[in-house]
Amino acid sequence: MSDMTDTSGPVLAADGTPLKRSLAKALRRQKLRALMLIAPLLLFILVSFILPIGDMLYRSVENKIVVNTLPRSVEALSGWDADSGELPDEAVFAAMAADLKEAYEARAHTRVGSRLNYEYPGISSVFRKSGRSAGRFDLESGGPWKDVLIDLDDGWADQGVWRTIQTYSPPVTSGYFLNAVDMRVGPDGAEMRPEAERIYMNLLVRTLWMSLLITFSCIVLAYPVAWLLANLPTRQANLLMILVLLPFWTSLLVRTSAWKILLQQQGVINDILVWVGLVDDNARLIIINNQFGTIVAMTHILLPFMILPMYSVMQTIPPSYLRAAKSLGATEWTAFWRVYFPQTIPGIGAGSILVFILAIGYYITPALVGGTKGTFISNQIAFHISTSLNWGLASALGAILLAVVLVLYWAYDKIVGIDNVKLG
Amino acid sequence: MADAASNDGFVVFDRVQKSYDGETLVVKDLNLSIARGEFLTMLGPSGSGKTTCLMMLAGFETATHGDIRLDGQPINNIPPHKRGIGMVFQNYALFPHMTVAENLAFPLEVRKIGKSEREAKVKRALDMVQMGAFGGRRPAQLSGGQQQRIALARALVFEPELVLMDEPLGALDKQLREHMQFEITRLAHDLGITTVYVTHDQTEALTMSDNVAVFDDGRIQQLAPPDLLYEKPENSFVAQFIGENNTLEGVVTEMKGDTCIVKLDDGEVIDATPINVSNVGDRTLVSIRPERVEYNKDRLQQGVHTLKAEVLEFIYMGDIFRTRLRVAGNDEFIIKTRNAPDVERLTPGQQIEIGWLPADCRALDT
Amino acid sequence: MKLVKTLLASSALTVAAGAVSAQDMANELTLVSWGGAYQASQVKAYVEPYLEMHPEVSVTWDESSAEAVAKLRAMNEAGNVTWDLVDAVASDSMRLCDEGLAEELNHDEILAAAPDGTSATEDFGELLVSDCFVPQIVYSTTFGYRTDMVGDTPPSSVCDIFDLETYPGKRALQKRPIDNMEWALYCDGVDKDALYDTLGTDEGVERALAKLDTIKDQVVWWTAGAETPQLLADGEVVMGSTFNGRLFSAIAEQNQPIGMLWDMQSFDLDGWVVPAGLPADRHARVMDFLKFATDTQRLADQAAYISYGPARASSAPLVGLHAELGIEMAPHMPTDPANAGNVHVYDYEWWADNRDDLNAKFEAWLAK
Repeated sequence: MSDMTDTSGPVLAADGTPLKRSLAKALRRQKLRALMLIAPLLLFILVSFILPIGDMLYRSVENKIVVNTLPRSVEALSGWDADSGELPDEAVFAAMAADLKEAYEARAHTRVGSRLNYEYPGISSVFRKSGRSAGRFDLESGGPWKDVLIDLDDGWADQGVWRTIQTYSPPVTSGYFLNAVDMRVGPDGAEMRPEAERIYMNLLVRTLWMSLLITFSCIVLAYPVAWLLANLPTRQANLLMILVLLPFWTSLLVRTSAWKILLQQQGVINDILVWVGLVDDNARLIIINNQFGTIVAMTHILLPFMILPMYSVMQTIPPSYLRAAKSLGATEWTAFWRVYFPQTIPGIGAGSILVFILAIGYYITPALVGGTKGTFISNQIAFHISTSLNWGLASALGAILLAVVLVLYWAYDKIVGIDNVKLG
Repeated sequence: MADAASNDGFVVFDRVQKSYDGETLVVKDLNLSIARGEFLTMLGPSGSGKTTCLMMLAGFETATHGDIRLDGQPINNIPPHKRGIGMVFQNYALFPHMTVAENLAFPLEVRKIGKSEREAKVKRALDMVQMGAFGGRRPAQLSGGQQQRIALARALVFEPELVLMDEPLGALDKQLREHMQFEITRLAHDLGITTVYVTHDQTEALTMSDNVAVFDDGRIQQLAPPDLLYEKPENSFVAQFIGENNTLEGVVTEMKGDTCIVKLDDGEVIDATPINVSNVGDRTLVSIRPERVEYNKDRLQQGVHTLKAEVLEFIYMGDIFRTRLRVAGNDEFIIKTRNAPDVERLTPGQQIEIGWLPADCRALDT
Repeated sequence: MKLVKTLLASSALTVAAGAVSAQDMANELTLVSWGGAYQASQVKAYVEPYLEMHPEVSVTWDESSAEAVAKLRAMNEAGNVTWDLVDAVASDSMRLCDEGLAEELNHDEILAAAPDGTSATEDFGELLVSDCFVPQIVYSTTFGYRTDMVGDTPPSSVCDIFDLETYPGKRALQKRPIDNMEWALYCDGVDKDALYDTLGTDEGVERALAKLDTIKDQVVWWTAGAETPQLLADGEVVMGSTFNGRLFSAIAEQNQPIGMLWDMQSFDLDGWVVPAGLPADRHARVMDFLKFATDTQRLADQAAYISYGPARASSAPLVGLHAELGIEMAPHMPTDPANAGNVHVYDYEWWADNRDDLNAKFEAWLAK
């Protein structure tokens, strides 16, 4: 005992190993055990969250398809000056013929065609039509390929086609991102698209703006409900809570359709207004298939996500604060505004973040009740995922949306402070 | 103690009743007058109506019937924020999102007091509770005792004439509580404010108050200064609620002036002072404080009745001895004796005789 | 002895070889379709009869036809194709075929000939728009109108859609450029044969959008086929486009006051696609089912449940009465001569090239 305490070196454990190492070993075993407990969750998050987001980010810039499908042409084209005003030479055409033959056999010719078609409409049919015949090309004795290809499809005589192949030959592209912000690669580098083709920036701004409106109307509507929930006697509060949660037990489509029935021009609300005499039968209000319809329906759908965090925060505020404020001379309003309200801000913050982030990702409801001016950017993402199959553009739009959310989250942290968010 | 003239005045409950459900009264016909500058404690078990009275005074509950007057003005219809009453809450109710100084400035701000005057008053109030250095902190960064002081300072900073305190020391440990009891009474008296203090802790009530109103069942059972309350309880509830107390049940057999003879249920006879009994034949609960019981015959008055007792337990407590006896069939009869050189230490099983001054033995209601 | 053994063994082998095809068929079949009334008609017309003949088979439905290409592509990338047979529209089948995601089929070899011996290729005729496609039905996107809201002169031309004076009120159009752009140009005076040449130019696109602009305020844009019948039933719109089968059920089954406007109906096809690279046992089952489900009688049977025209010429004469209502189905078919006087056949190829571009312009126009 005594010699152990006397040594000036490291403190030793009972078995003679340095205490520090012994402690680290014991802790490591503990940490390992803890890690094993959360391993399924970590794995789940990795597989279902991190990997898909990583894949999305990768797809938004990935462009290997051109160089992989048309390796010879890409190489041959590197020497061609797109501004020369002349078509590429025979070597390039020969390379393209060889690439096409191989691509057709692998059924990759239309994919590369579709890819390039995003940048230059019409290219996909050039590849589709030429691909079939390319299967029968005799590379040894055929040619001259310039004539053969142009004969198959006069798109090969279009310099724009070759310029597009050349521009989009690198394995990484900014094309999807440029497209996602209504730009494109022109002869002189990136440029804005023509006015008539700009959609995404408007949609993004509209999505953010309307999501803010929805968040705000959720705050306004949820606040009194949450207050009632937190202050009613338990029996009534439970009943109210069931009413708040009831929408969760109904399908999203049903709820959205119900709003259609209520809000359309021959709908319940207009019928009542006409019946009461507030609105003329010939001037029924247009309150659906526009932004108003989207805001109403989405506010309703997202309301519980605002009520619940608010409620759980309000529940923790004892009524004595309000009494204290009043006893100190504050009117009802001052007591609420200076004392009660500031303490509910963490709940409002949590609810707002939740509702806002959910709102900017919505697409079913806006598609059904949004008409032309109430749709969101997610509607375009869904369109590119399932209909146009332009997954690269969808990924770029998704990445931008993700970035916007992160920026807003950061701004929120700076302004309000993220520790000021409480879910209960 | 305030003099009799001002006694009719500052806070008056005039036949006040309160019911929450329309079926039962939680406050029954309450009459109470509190003098300016008086420190009054409302003491009682939970559910006795004391907190309801406080809340009615503060304006958070309305009286179902009767008037509450403040300085002669009925205040039933005045909202709480216009009553100008300072209040200290059980859990302090310090606003967690404001600093200590902001908490104190709050009542001044809502009164539209200018910034410089506000700051001066806040500083003075903080100094008054010895918390001058803590103005920039948040309530959560303070200890319980410090929060208590801030709550007190906040209730006083706008110089109210009346301060209400709702079990303000309930959350503190014993030592801190005793210290704060002293601080609060000192402040109240120094500032000359009227204080209504609610507690269920009788020690607190006895040590702090000018007057104590003992509540039970929606009524004031007795309103008296602490010494009277302890020594001269007017009914058996007060006798048992305040301090330790022995009771024996019996029938009045004889009334003679300011004493009476009570025949206990096991046949023995004792002397007592009649309080709530007036006729021979009344059943009564006689009450005697443990420290007023004597078993040293030399100290007993000549001619008083004595009772036989058997010692069941003897507990040495340092300054006193505490002995449990069986007296007239009651196994829980306690006596307390000061630890003095000449005092005999009893042993369990010992048979003794006990007695008391008739003035110390009060014949109360059953 | 040895010889006998060898003989026995070889005969056993022969027997086994005959049984191989039946035993090696998978017993699970995952079919992909559209859900709703259309899928129900498939169940009644050939899935239930097939299961009666093959009680060992169990069928799983996936109602994902709307995203058939996207999902099949994703499955293919993940290397795990769980679908066996996919119901898809013609344009999707072409895309799947081009990308090698669908199997190229030898129609005459795998499909049943017509009862009179006509080969499958001839029976389907020009509806075999792709090597990977087995058409089942011809459907059309066309207009319905409220009979009680159009006065004494019900609309007779597709251009009445653009006539706000004679037919005031809202119109329902599908929220996509396809069909709408062609109708707009057609009603702006472009020759039917020149529609796509015109649409191929910027001026043509502007012209089509300008025509649509004249009714833009009055259009309710739909995304799901069920919306138009509902909007018509509620009196929310005077007229609207949707799939003809949807209008049929609103008119015949729900007795709504709705009339059909067949002029310039836009023909389209719907049929089966076999995912490429199926394992042999599943492939064998799919082929067995496909042959049965697309024969002359089965396609005619399907028309008893839904008003879409059977894709085989030989099925047409067999089309009879509605299975429940007992009404003659032929007049409700888009292919009925009375309905098919002036039809629009949309150009798959042209749209495959220009869809993304026009979609951007169309969306930008919508948002204006």
